[in-house]
Amino acid sequence: MKTENVKEKILKYLTIYWTMFKIGITTFGGGYAMVAIIDRELGDRKKWIEKEELLNYIAISQITPGVIAVNVSTFVGRKKGGVPGAICATLGVITPSIIIIMLIAALLTNFAGNEYVKHAFAGIRVCVCVLIINATIGFIKKTVIDLLTIAIFVGVFVVAAFTRIETVYIVLAVIVLSVIYTLIKGNKKPPESLTEQAEKSSRKGGTS
Amino acid sequence: MQLLLMCLQFFKTGLFAIGGGLATIPFLYEISDYYGWFTHHDILNFIAVSEATPGPVGVNMATYAGYLSNGWYGAILSTFSLVLPSVIIILIVAKLLDKFQTNRFVINGFRWLRPASTALIASAGLNVVLVVFFDAEKITFDMFGRLGQIITHINWVALLLFACLFVVMKTFKGHPLIYIVISAVLGIILKL
Repeated sequence: MKTENVKEKILKYLTIYWTMFKIGITTFGGGYAMVAIIDRELGDRKKWIEKEELLNYIAISQITPGVIAVNVSTFVGRKKGGVPGAICATLGVITPSIIIIMLIAALLTNFAGNEYVKHAFAGIRVCVCVLIINATIGFIKKTVIDLLTIAIFVGVFVVAAFTRIETVYIVLAVIVLSVIYTLIKGNKKPPESLTEQAEKSSRKGGTS
Repeated sequence: MQLLLMCLQFFKTGLFAIGGGLATIPFLYEISDYYGWFTHHDILNFIAVSEATPGPVGVNMATYAGYLSNGWYGAILSTFSLVLPSVIIILIVAKLLDKFQTNRFVINGFRWLRPASTALIASAGLNVVLVVFFDAEKITFDMFGRLGQIITHINWVALLLFACLFVVMKTFKGHPLIYIVISAVLGIILKL
């Protein structure tokens, strides 16, 4: 009975590692490309996390130190398998980088200048484009739902797209504004607590 | 000893570089200036290779820099050192969030942050769209007033591939890796 449990656990951690390994290989460019892939693979397909949770993680990852993709992976791994899950997820997402970069650094001196690599990468960028747009549409449907959230979305988008203000400061500004908002609207009950969200997601997600 | 020093430098980078992979670049320059394990020219190479290979850019750059500093074990150790602070900090933050999840500041904070995150992703998407469909280096903002000039810079092949991928990916829910590989092959065939 006990060995069966251990086996199950090991299998779970291996699954987390392997899933994040595949996501690491698929990620080209910055963290947002990976977010789009996590949304499609772990949100829509595997039902490990809800879109709302993923967006919470992304926001925190912007203002905490480190590579955003790694921060989001740690969060996702923890959600699925606690602290060991978080470690497995992070190891999984960095393993392809280590292998591929070491091979390239050792064998190919002019990898990025190669004609085929350039064309392949141009093709990949189109795919990343589709992934990000699909993810964005899904996120907008879930989070931009009333006047307040529309205003936040439009405001942040304009600042992020048309000014050179760093993302860290944008996110910090949003947090400050939300605190002011909470202080003003103090006595009203918030619409939905994080626990309820988590319960909702685990119900939807099943036990897989 | 030098290996330990390298780990420490990358740990520091992971701890203080806030805002994603590209935020690590200034730290790499600093390491290059102080210790000379790699040159400024090498750093430009890191950026180019990291963006053209799978994996998060910040992680790729650390692996590359570690490899040049100390060979294959340098690559592994530098990457581990870079992500270690992230893992520790995120685990602490996640624990705190569990504890304060019914706090109204936390709940409202996330209610504000979710549309903000969405907007940041949308803005990143806009940048990718500009690079893919218009030659972003050739196009300038004052050209947006003149439609004809913009049209001459549209990459029609990329636009067509985009439309096809969009429809196919909506219809079939395959792993993104499949579509990435297909797009790479098509990129080479179509000479995108």
